[in-house]
Amino acid sequence: MSLNDLFLISPQLSMAGLGILVILADLVLNRKGLVGAVALVGLILPLSFAWAQLTEFPGLLFGSGAENLVPSDSILSDSLAVDRFGVFFNLLVVVSLALVFLASVDYVRALPRLKGEFYGLMLLSATGMMLMASATELITIYVALELTTLPLVAIAAFLPNSSSSEAGMKFMVIGAISSALTLYGMALLYGFSGSTTLAGIALALGGPSEQGLAFGSYAVLVGVVVLTVGIAFKLSAVPSQMWVPDVYEGAPIPMVALLSVASKAVAFALLLRFLYSGFLPFDANWGMLLAVLAAVSMTVGNLVAIAQSNIRRLLGYSTIAHAGYILVGVAAVARDGSGTSDSGAFTTFGPSSVLFYLVAYAAANLTAFFAILVINSKIGSDLIEDYGGVFRKYRLPALALALALVALIGVPPTGIFVGKIYLFAAAVKSELVWLAVLGAINSVVSAYYYIRVIRTMFLDPESEAVKGSENTLQPDEVTLQPQGISKYGMLALTITAICTVLLGIVFGPVIQGAEGAVTSLPGILAP
Amino acid sequence: MFHFPGMLTLTVFLPALGALLILALVRGDRAIRAFAFAVGLADLLLAAAVFVSFDRGMGADRFQLIDRITWISTETFNASYLLGVDGLSAPMVLLTGLLGFCAIIASWSIGERVREYFIWLLLLQTAVMGVFTSLDFLLFFLYWELELLPMYMLIAGWGTGRRAYSAMKFLIFTILGSAFMLVAIVAIFLSQPSGSFDMTSLLEAGSMLNSGSAVLPMGVLFWLFFAAFAVKLPTWPVHTWLPDAHTDAPTAASVMLAGVMLKMGGYGLLRVNVGMFPNEVNAFAWALITLGVISVLYGAVVTIRQTDLKRLIANSSVSHMGLVLVGIGSVGAAAGQLNGTGLSGAAMQLFTHGTITGLLFVGVGLIYDKAHTRYIPDLGGLASRMPMAAAALAIAGFASLGLPGLSGFVSEVLVFFGAFRAYPLMTALSVLGIILAAGYILWMLERSLFGPRRERFDGLTDASPLEAIPLALLVISIVVVGVYPAVLTDVFDTAVAPMVDMINAAQSPIATAR
Repeated sequence: MSLNDLFLISPQLSMAGLGILVILADLVLNRKGLVGAVALVGLILPLSFAWAQLTEFPGLLFGSGAENLVPSDSILSDSLAVDRFGVFFNLLVVVSLALVFLASVDYVRALPRLKGEFYGLMLLSATGMMLMASATELITIYVALELTTLPLVAIAAFLPNSSSSEAGMKFMVIGAISSALTLYGMALLYGFSGSTTLAGIALALGGPSEQGLAFGSYAVLVGVVVLTVGIAFKLSAVPSQMWVPDVYEGAPIPMVALLSVASKAVAFALLLRFLYSGFLPFDANWGMLLAVLAAVSMTVGNLVAIAQSNIRRLLGYSTIAHAGYILVGVAAVARDGSGTSDSGAFTTFGPSSVLFYLVAYAAANLTAFFAILVINSKIGSDLIEDYGGVFRKYRLPALALALALVALIGVPPTGIFVGKIYLFAAAVKSELVWLAVLGAINSVVSAYYYIRVIRTMFLDPESEAVKGSENTLQPDEVTLQPQGISKYGMLALTITAICTVLLGIVFGPVIQGAEGAVTSLPGILAP
Repeated sequence: MFHFPGMLTLTVFLPALGALLILALVRGDRAIRAFAFAVGLADLLLAAAVFVSFDRGMGADRFQLIDRITWISTETFNASYLLGVDGLSAPMVLLTGLLGFCAIIASWSIGERVREYFIWLLLLQTAVMGVFTSLDFLLFFLYWELELLPMYMLIAGWGTGRRAYSAMKFLIFTILGSAFMLVAIVAIFLSQPSGSFDMTSLLEAGSMLNSGSAVLPMGVLFWLFFAAFAVKLPTWPVHTWLPDAHTDAPTAASVMLAGVMLKMGGYGLLRVNVGMFPNEVNAFAWALITLGVISVLYGAVVTIRQTDLKRLIANSSVSHMGLVLVGIGSVGAAAGQLNGTGLSGAAMQLFTHGTITGLLFVGVGLIYDKAHTRYIPDLGGLASRMPMAAAALAIAGFASLGLPGLSGFVSEVLVFFGAFRAYPLMTALSVLGIILAAGYILWMLERSLFGPRRERFDGLTDASPLEAIPLALLVISIVVVGVYPAVLTDVFDTAVAPMVDMINAAQSPIATAR
């Protein structure tokens, strides 16, 4: 391992180091507020390392220079790829985590115990996410998946109440099942190819077999499908979505925010990398498999969300639906690769639409969760009926939540609207018009439940929870914030809300960044 | 004449700016009302200036007062902030300014949550203005969706009856329609080599759409757009949201809904379905006119049975907006024989129905405010108590049933003349709708305004000077257009002529041979 290798894994390394540093600091420091400060300020380190890597690839963000200085520089025996694609997601993870830390300063202060552990575990989980975005080898992928999930499982069970324990337990059990499936799929792939790197597997499996059977053998097909189901757990997509609403309802809000945004994003990164590393050329009806998953995910998510009375459960089902929308883009990619492109090279359209949507979704969903964090700290409830008239007392958080929900419908001028046009365009281009129409109709269904929340906040008379919120002394003993609205929460909320709108108006640079990032995937035609 | 750069932008965003100021600065209910009044008046003057300064001369540009800023320009996306008016949209801008101002005055009696109410109302006006002036599909869709939330809030927050249900029904119907439009816009965007959203290039002969190189079949695109606009218009069988929304909405929201928002549907049909799909609109003219005739007759028959004043007017809107489709059906004329009469009539119907229905709703709003009932059998003898309101309602009613000399007559005659050349039988059927209209309008006037004096209405007062402003403005516009229609038809003709040329050219033997 040379110095250059160290530089190439420096973002992940510094993130892990920071996690350990924070846990050590928690031991020696008495003022727990300082631990949070160390965690937040320390994030500058991975951020600047990622930024330094970015400058190695000219034109990553604000241009789409076709030449790739370090074309997917693999290190540690091809287990990680340091390329524009990975750096794009690393930046997304670090920035999301920084915003989550900022928003949760007062939340953590009110935690009765385990303040320092909260920061340490979040940082370790983020390390796993950053690894996942760059991993190109089965064992590394597995380690990254576990490293992402396990700290979050611990945080999910942090709060001293039963719903938090339930969230942690469900998260762990279903996570374990998914891990087992993933591992089983990996074992099958390794057994039939003799290699653990994605490129090596693709090479060993060769082209489609003579009988037209996908991947030449049923075992490999089963391996691939099982692996996909395992990844679907992290995507929070059907068929591995059952844990989502319970975890969203019971786990600490900052962790849910990170989970819904960063963890989901890197899971999509993994899926894309998996497809592009050589699995696309197989005529395995990838497109149809993913298209059906997309269709079922968004329909199930949206339909069940209608019946929810808890805002966090509602957002849980909404995240399932959004996983479905994003899968539309992945399905378009897959179809594109299975024969519709003439030159044999893939276009940037499908994958960059996924990347853009993930950024837009991150902004909108973080806004929603930060607003819920702030409002919950005042009214101590997540029930939608308790949100009645919340606008009259807490104007800015309510406005921000309304903005986020409108954005999640996909109404302009917000980033998700542009993202939806982009995704549906990719689908139409790949001759998946029915999927685009279904996606558009699903947006209509989603309007029903999002708007209902907005109506409650703006038009309903003030609920008991809102009325009594100023002199409440013991709402939820955990999230009690008697000293007014969290300044840090409002700061983070303002940043994400502005980003949500800005992404809908000046989306050019981000689209260019996404286009630039996907050019580093193997086989993609530079724009 | 009066125009200056950025004039349209100012016209569109002035109400939103006013809303922002109300949110941030203006304190006190009276101040908020007065401020909204000033904003509405200023926007009306700007809209009038836009209409007057539109050059209707022979050699004038088709699109005028253009504001263009490059919005986004990448390899895959090209969109610009592009506003402009042509002969079709200039009168619509005037209509929006006029009815927006009237709606603000009609909201004077709103007493609860005044600040939020006026914020939503002004935002709504910006959205509708934006729909009529944007010439870039991305921007058009942005405004099209922007209008939903304010209208939803106005109905759900300040309405009567089953308002939450009605508001949600309105929202779901409209957003479902726009979902189809979104897919069509995406397809258009993919079909162009530059990935552009520019509507002006699509409106030109020989554009991408005319050359038939779209990623989806042209007929599919046509119907996807039609679905969005038909819901808004509304046409049978997707009209069912309208009676509920109108009945339960507050007066001002009803005025805006019937006066300008239904017109977004008709405007979209003329702008997109007729303007960009010359072949398809000709091929499907029979379907359009059939839907139109069903709407006219069905709406009229249902209207006769209504006992709630607002519900009656709402259902009559379904019937009258059906005439827009009948007018568009005139494009089914024999090859090369199309003239602009029917299309002018359809465009004209948008404007006249806007003012007439606006006046009807303002009048009914006044009666409801004072008499506290809209149930027709409970009313009667109001003419002697509220002469001004009654006169305005009567004039609007007469205009609605097509009395010569008032504006409704002009548009209806143009529609029938135009459509008769293409589909004589269908046109004859739709004329029946006018006869039914005479029935329900006169019956409504007789039962609610005239008849014996009722003692419990003795204490009613007539419209105050302030309340009389919208009545006067709308009556004037109805009479002026009725007596001197050229003030509008001249403008509409400048927009209709190029569309007619395109349709006739598309049907010429060379084009049909493709």
